[in-house]
Amino acid sequence: MAMTIHVDIVSAEKEIYSGLAEMVFAPLVTGEVGILPRHAPLLARMKPGEVRVRTPSEELSFYVSGGMLEVQPHVVTVLADTALRAKDIDEAAALKAKERAEEAMKNRQSDIDYAKAQAELAEAIAQLRAIQKLRDRTRK
Amino acid sequence: MAVGKEIRKQIKSIQNTQKITRAMEMVAASKMRRAQERMQAARPYAHKIRQVINHLHYARPEYKHPFVLEREAKRVGFIIVTSDRGLCGGLNTNLLRATLIEMKSWHDKQAEIDVCTIGSKGFAFCKRLGANIVSHVAHLGDAPRIEDLIGTVKIMLDAYSDGKLDRLYLIYNRFVNTMSQQQMVEQLLPLPAAAEDKAKLEHHWDYIYEPDARAVLNDLLTRYIESLVYHGVSENLASEQSARMVAMKSASDNAGTLIDELKLKYNKARQAAITQEISEIVGGAAAV
Repeated sequence: MAMTIHVDIVSAEKEIYSGLAEMVFAPLVTGEVGILPRHAPLLARMKPGEVRVRTPSEELSFYVSGGMLEVQPHVVTVLADTALRAKDIDEAAALKAKERAEEAMKNRQSDIDYAKAQAELAEAIAQLRAIQKLRDRTRK
Repeated sequence: MAVGKEIRKQIKSIQNTQKITRAMEMVAASKMRRAQERMQAARPYAHKIRQVINHLHYARPEYKHPFVLEREAKRVGFIIVTSDRGLCGGLNTNLLRATLIEMKSWHDKQAEIDVCTIGSKGFAFCKRLGANIVSHVAHLGDAPRIEDLIGTVKIMLDAYSDGKLDRLYLIYNRFVNTMSQQQMVEQLLPLPAAAEDKAKLEHHWDYIYEPDARAVLNDLLTRYIESLVYHGVSENLASEQSARMVAMKSASDNAGTLIDELKLKYNKARQAAITQEISEIVGGAAAV
């Protein structure tokens, strides 16, 4: 039997693939690489493209929009990005989040009034407790 | 019979409320199950990244990324994860109270505070509080995606890299089990030092980096923080659903007891009316 290497493809949201393979192809920023078992440890950045996993019976292909590739002699880990990442895209997203915050901050008070806020929260919690007590009483 | 018409009406309206709360309870139960699955699904990624980062710490002890350096805390950032909707018991209130205590303790140490809110409830609270909200995102829905969080988190990370923030905390509800959620205040930055594991150093090996160690480490750390925040968001979602389920269950139970009480009252009133009628008839017959 041919030598195999364990492959895990995971994204932040879920596990995409886990299994054995004879060879793995990944799109690095510097070009596509093919990883065979007993490859030297490698840590690399991937660009959007196709990760192909050649198993003894078939060849599987997964689209990744970039991410990181970690190789150890018997394990390949693909940390896939689910979102298209590029500096300007991230920047735009950040800007949007900031705008949202600023929009709402227009009419804010000048200083944090801790005492007042604490009192308000305490009141809300007291209300919840009262409800709880009322409920306990009706149960009895 | 016109007796107890108001009571009947009241019973009817409580029954309607009960129907709603019961439906919400069931919806929350099924959503909670899915949220839990999503939480579990995110685990391998964070685990893998953590492994790689730990290894990098050992392989490259000479290179210190700004994310690992301790600085004196002059300005502190908080990422506060709350739900978008209410009707989930004391979940958000308790979390915001924990937040306030934390913020106050930093305030007492003369540190400035920047806030990043994920979820409308925390946002509304911080706005009322007058805190300096630097970024905000809400309405992530039942299946939050990491790309919705990238921008929000990036603002905080950039601020940290630029030296505008010296600490970064993540505040969320941890899902312990269906009945209990725990408020968590986790330090994201600087990254808490990895647990000492000397055994790893014995056989020293290093990666081949592509393109270079610094860039790769930077990418990894950013993604790691993002995945931690994502994890916080999914934990909070599961907590929200379970808290809502419990709250709605007790609301349905309460409605049930109320209905029972009202039914008793109604029946008593009805019987009293019948008795009265009979005695009137008897009285009338006797008079004739």
